[in-house]
Amino acid sequence: MLAATLALLGAAVHAAALLDPQGMTARVAACTACHGKQGRATPDGYFPRIAGKPAGYLYHQLVNFRDGRRQYRPMTHLLDHLSDDYLREIAEHFASLEVPYPPPATPGLAAAVLAQGRALVLKGDAAREIPACVRCHGEAMTGVAPAIPGLLGLPRDYLNAQLGAWQAGQRHAAAPDCMAKITSKLTSTDITAVAAWLAAQPVPVPSKAVERSALAQPLPMDCGGGQ
Amino acid sequence: MKRVLTWGLGGLLGVLALGATAIAWLDSADAPPSANPRPVATDAAAIDRGRYLAQAGNCAACHTRRGELPYAGGEALRTPFGTVYGGNLTPHLTTGLGAWSTDDFWRALHHGRSRDGRMLTPAFPYPHFTQVTREDSDALFAFLRSVPAVDRPGTPNALDFPYDTRLALKVWRALYFRPGTFVAQPAQSAEWNRGAYLVHGLGHCAACHGARNAMGATIAGREFDGAPIPGQGWYAPALTLAAEGSVAAWPVSDVVGLLRDGVAPGTGAVVTGPMAEVVTRSTQHLSLADAQAMAVFLRDLPVRPPAELPRVRPADARTLDRGARLYADHCATCHGERGEGQPGAFPALAGNRAVTMTDPTNLVRVILQGGYGPSTAGRPRPHGMPPFGHVLDDADIAALTTHVRSAWGNTGTPVNQVQVVQLREGRD
Repeated sequence: MLAATLALLGAAVHAAALLDPQGMTARVAACTACHGKQGRATPDGYFPRIAGKPAGYLYHQLVNFRDGRRQYRPMTHLLDHLSDDYLREIAEHFASLEVPYPPPATPGLAAAVLAQGRALVLKGDAAREIPACVRCHGEAMTGVAPAIPGLLGLPRDYLNAQLGAWQAGQRHAAAPDCMAKITSKLTSTDITAVAAWLAAQPVPVPSKAVERSALAQPLPMDCGGGQ
Repeated sequence: MKRVLTWGLGGLLGVLALGATAIAWLDSADAPPSANPRPVATDAAAIDRGRYLAQAGNCAACHTRRGELPYAGGEALRTPFGTVYGGNLTPHLTTGLGAWSTDDFWRALHHGRSRDGRMLTPAFPYPHFTQVTREDSDALFAFLRSVPAVDRPGTPNALDFPYDTRLALKVWRALYFRPGTFVAQPAQSAEWNRGAYLVHGLGHCAACHGARNAMGATIAGREFDGAPIPGQGWYAPALTLAAEGSVAAWPVSDVVGLLRDGVAPGTGAVVTGPMAEVVTRSTQHLSLADAQAMAVFLRDLPVRPPAELPRVRPADARTLDRGARLYADHCATCHGERGEGQPGAFPALAGNRAVTMTDPTNLVRVILQGGYGPSTAGRPRPHGMPPFGHVLDDADIAALTTHVRSAWGNTGTPVNQVQVVQLREGRD
């Protein structure tokens, strides 16, 4: 098994040396330098996985970075001069990839914090009008096509930063911005707990987003970014 | 001795008085708007013409803020003298140009004065736009009056003292600005003259590519001699040096390709940084005839003899070795083991002027930030360079740039760590 994996890795490295300049792999080489080979990211870093996320979601993020609704200068700089059509093609490329994910990082947090995170993700908090994450992002948390992202396979720091940025008004989605509404109800302990628990879950196989029809109930709120 | 002092003082006062008179005279030399301005054109042809000219002048670069409505202003332009904010050019009655006449607009473009007569800061490139014809000015205004009005009050400029004073602006204008008119060179072709008009006027190419004096004015006769771009951490290459950005040896089709598609088909040169923005917003929209005219003019710019290279200690073997290893790890997959690149995708680094030119700013900047070229009609799906600013430290980047500047027959000077630190800090 190990030998097979090594052989596979070797093949991948060899293939990289012979990048077909006209293929998409060569065109997105600027992306995979940070987001990992095939957009898989790494469990210990900051950069999120992008492979296998719904195309609509990825496209919205690319446009949001370019047009200043998401604030991360390196991404804005990179995408500054790219057309909508090309950004959609890049989004579709990464969405189409299905790659195995490494096992998640072991969380270094108290069991009580993780339990709090688990409860918010799976059940929400009706008293505070916080819907469960799984209501929109899918029971398997792999996202819902075409535009609701999966929540697994993402570094804890990244999840923390995104929820924090939404709360602070530094990340925006198309109106109505339901994540802004939800994060406004979260405490910093909630955010820590949710990010830690999510980052500790393995990415299931298959990791593809499910169709909207697979959701047990209708979405609990109206989301501009989820269209 | 006392007499000498008195004479000296008297002389000084005399010079000051003369200067003040000259300034006052120059100041009054600007034509005030007439009482009966020409009406604003509202026909589709004039508006389309104006839109085209607004793109040729890249007005949106300073007058459209990222993610906001077109031409509503608010974008910051950093200068060595402070920050200036683009104004609202939409037809809003109080916050935009809604109350302006064609004469008011002409006065701004040609004389550098606002509707109320207030002097405009030359960050608005009226020293270049002054050459734009009245006809083009009216077409531009017709277009601007056709865009949706946006209620967005202007952001006050944040210039440092004394550049924020009227006196400073008055003196600056007296020294460096005269309203001008483009004069065609009869010995040159109509195409050449059209190119000169676009390059010198609306294109305001010299705003970045021109050498400036300590007061920020473009130096006459050195409009294309190359300069650092203030506040952006990039260097606009000299269009008059064979080792930088001269296109005298390029075919017209390469210059046209660079302007309209962001890539020169023959040499393989691609645009990056601020020029990628210029292509995205401005030059990709040029008609073939106008792009060719600019190419004809730019190819005809005089080529200066190369400046003597600064004497720099050659790089030591350890640095070169470190650079070569970094290159193999991070760059060779795309740019090739010998810097040969891959045509149409990844530029060659061997023999590439952007790599070897004396000022290493752009090379370091591209490694730090990466970047995609512009999506254009001729090159809709450009390739991109990943950012390495968070992967490589300053010593790494110094070693890597030193390596690529000297490998494969390249003859660039070494880059040291201090230069990289300064460029990293100069990031916008």
